[in-house]
Amino acid sequence: MPEYTLRIRRFDPASGEAAYWDEHTVEMGAKQSVLDALLKVKDDTDGSIGIRCSCQQAICGSCGVRMNGKPGLACNTHLEEAAARVHGVGWNPDTEGEATSEVITVEPMGNMPVIRDLIVDMDEVHWKKIQRVTPWLINKEPVPEREYIVPHDAMVDVTQTMACIQCGACVSDCLAMEVDPLFIGPAGLAKAYRFVGDPRDADKFERLNDLAQDPHGIYDCTHCFNCIDACPKGVDPMSQIMRLRRIAGADEHIEDPNNGHRHEQAFTTLVRDYGLLHEAELLPRSYGGDSWFSKFHPAAGRELLSSLPSIVAAVIRGKVSPKLAIFGHKIPKDGLAEVKQIYEKVEGRGERLELNLYVTGYEDEPEPVGAGAREPAPEASAPATEERATATENEEPQ
Amino acid sequence: MPSHDVLIIGAGLAGQRAALAAAQQGASVAIISKVHPVRSHSVAAAGGINAALNPEDSWESHAFDTVKGSDYLGDQDAIEIMTREAPEEILWLEHSGVTFHRNETGHLGTRAFGGASQARTYYVADITGHAILHVLYEQLMKHHELVDRYEEWFTTDLLIDEGRCVGAVGRDLRDGRLEVFNAKGVILATGGAGQAYEPTTNGLIVTGDGISLAYRVGAKLMDMEMIQYHPTTLAGNGLLITEGARGEGAQLFNARGERFMEKYAPNKLELASRDVVSRAEQTEINEGRGFPDGTVALDITKVPRKRTLEALREIVNIGRDFAGVDITREPIHIRPGMHYIMGGVKTDVEGETTIPGLYAAGEVACVSVHGGNRLGANSLLDTLIFGRRAGEHLAKRAAQMPMPSTAASRTRDTERRLEQILRRPGNGRRIGAIKHELGQTMNQFVAVFRDAEGLAKAHEIVHRLKEEAVDAGIDDKGSVFNQDLIAAIELGYMLDVAECIVVAAQERKESRGAQFRLDFPSRNDDQWLKHIDLSRDGGPEPRVSYSEVTITRWQPEERTY
Repeated sequence: MPEYTLRIRRFDPASGEAAYWDEHTVEMGAKQSVLDALLKVKDDTDGSIGIRCSCQQAICGSCGVRMNGKPGLACNTHLEEAAARVHGVGWNPDTEGEATSEVITVEPMGNMPVIRDLIVDMDEVHWKKIQRVTPWLINKEPVPEREYIVPHDAMVDVTQTMACIQCGACVSDCLAMEVDPLFIGPAGLAKAYRFVGDPRDADKFERLNDLAQDPHGIYDCTHCFNCIDACPKGVDPMSQIMRLRRIAGADEHIEDPNNGHRHEQAFTTLVRDYGLLHEAELLPRSYGGDSWFSKFHPAAGRELLSSLPSIVAAVIRGKVSPKLAIFGHKIPKDGLAEVKQIYEKVEGRGERLELNLYVTGYEDEPEPVGAGAREPAPEASAPATEERATATENEEPQ
Repeated sequence: MPSHDVLIIGAGLAGQRAALAAAQQGASVAIISKVHPVRSHSVAAAGGINAALNPEDSWESHAFDTVKGSDYLGDQDAIEIMTREAPEEILWLEHSGVTFHRNETGHLGTRAFGGASQARTYYVADITGHAILHVLYEQLMKHHELVDRYEEWFTTDLLIDEGRCVGAVGRDLRDGRLEVFNAKGVILATGGAGQAYEPTTNGLIVTGDGISLAYRVGAKLMDMEMIQYHPTTLAGNGLLITEGARGEGAQLFNARGERFMEKYAPNKLELASRDVVSRAEQTEINEGRGFPDGTVALDITKVPRKRTLEALREIVNIGRDFAGVDITREPIHIRPGMHYIMGGVKTDVEGETTIPGLYAAGEVACVSVHGGNRLGANSLLDTLIFGRRAGEHLAKRAAQMPMPSTAASRTRDTERRLEQILRRPGNGRRIGAIKHELGQTMNQFVAVFRDAEGLAKAHEIVHRLKEEAVDAGIDDKGSVFNQDLIAAIELGYMLDVAECIVVAAQERKESRGAQFRLDFPSRNDDQWLKHIDLSRDGGPEPRVSYSEVTITRWQPEERTY
């Protein structure tokens, strides 16, 4: 059996000592979990290692930790998978920067204060943010005598956010929250979608308006995808935040003082018009909208001034050249026509296509050979399933 | 010192439901839980919750299925209450925000489940327990002014004054401080005791705390021999594959490719009651028709892929992460595994135990609505109906009672006991080693098939382990999140429960429901249509007594599926 060394971040506030690294080596199967290894160490060697855990099947949400730099549940992270990660953001002076093949650093999650060892204070951060979004159903009146009659699809749709287990892995590595600790954050906003998307809720508009107006709300997310990477349940918090934006902006026409919606519109209209982002026009359009006159919006000028240091830094680092920024990037004419066609096609749809784990599965889930399209209709997939099942049955007897 | 009308220990479905119900009656309520409420093991309940809510269905049908499922050991008055009140409870959940999946017309949808004559299981994909638990917690957050939450507090003792339960002692896991919780009454809602077995589908926190706490203060336990083995658990780690899979059409095959349930339950096949299916599987395995890893196969590819993705998403994940199997493409190897304890602290239909002022609801309790075998999707119902009833009953009674005045110094005994544990010399066996031996012993001798010899062996081992546990060493001497100390106490709880399970299983010399005695292979209504009650009266062994099974309208008959 392979050998793994766990480098565990230890801290006991009652000891008066600083945090330190504690190493334990275990022999375990590669497909066993990091939690299995931690529990073995606790059982056999050191019962004082603090980690919350219970179900061991990724449903109770207790064992969120960082393993070789990436947050997730210790119980559903295989040892080989954790070990194969090149060491990430974890502070590990001896092996920093090296690819660690059998060492797994296990640290408490980020963005939350540590109580002891791998146990963080979720009340202080995570649960406060959940409470921020009015996390309960506000019933549409009149409340029916029996159940609300609502579409099956709507309930399947909110199941994806209902499936959040409140483990905090997304909060741990939220970059926006690192910069703005007041950001409601991925878990809170995913929870908000669970109500916004629920047709029984009476306060859809008020919820969206609240989250759009709040400077730490939906427009505070910087699109870094960390929460999607972190989430062990496929809740895809960032996707839920983007859905909240689309519903707030496009459907409910909510304009916000953060300029979030207009800024997003500026991006999309610029790409439509030029095929690529036109940096010099981004600010004016974000403030004044899609018109020539907007270029002289006073707020845009102020923002331009305050952004100068970033602009200068971007130029020095070669991220942008003054010429391209001011005159725009050019793409060939037929390329531009193709871009416009994409816009026409997407905007011409009656309904937005939203990816949903419970509806379409993961994007990267392979289809069986010969099954055709990625989202086969049930009728289309049924014969294939039948065939496969029969084949397996026949193979099994020995 | 916190003082409340109603003190609830445990914040799973039963506890949270009791808290909301008691608060609604105007009582002051505290709820203590050793974990954050949403970590409670109710979260793992997958398949759904039963209720006769469809106009074509009837509570009588639901009740009869439950009585039959219990192998006639269930108390029919309690079963009537549960099944009659079920539809209203489902609607309460729906209005509170549970995202139950719908049918084509937008009404609440159902799926088929084991032992049921109708499809009456309401569900949220295969995360029903999770969805309900999180919605109840939403309600607790909403009503935070009415219910005081003590999250991550561990209960060490129940306080008894002149025969009445007047509160409990708890330890704040964050700093190790002990506190007396003064109360007019206490509701135990601590769940089952699955960790006394290895493997089990139950989480690490499920250590029989409430059963043992009640037993130690003299409350009666009932039906303790009735341990449910779930038919579909993963071979290596015992993880649960929901019965919902079979409800959606998955089938069982032995290694020869035979759909063996045709032999054992020609009518209901895979959807016979759990004790029947588990015994069938174990028979196939024991007689050499299983796979070399001691399993049979569950073929979920019979369910259309789209339906699996939408309604069985969680077991897709479990198959992928914990067995390396894509259940939408190939069968998965499963076997019966310890899942649930039908027995527990004996209560009446209001949830009150044999100790005045002490209530119990949910898996910790034994009303008894499950008798010898619980039907799938009846446990969520049990937690909610009897959690609510206990909360309401105690709240109403508390309104007419003075607040007891328990001395804050009642923590002293506990303090002394905890210090003794902390001061153990450390030359004893490790807690983990004792726990593993206990779990393996129970799973070997007190499982699907039992006999006198094996039970005697288990009895002997449990006794030895009890002695060893007294000086099991602990590594952590600290005050902040000392999980080692908690594990030492929990080990004691599990050993109490294990002893009672073994004693009751030895006592019942017949086969009924989940208790199958190879040496007494048939049901014997003449002698054993009765509950086995256990209590502690100071002696070294649990004292055995019997109580009548309440039969209202369904006389025992032969049980076939």
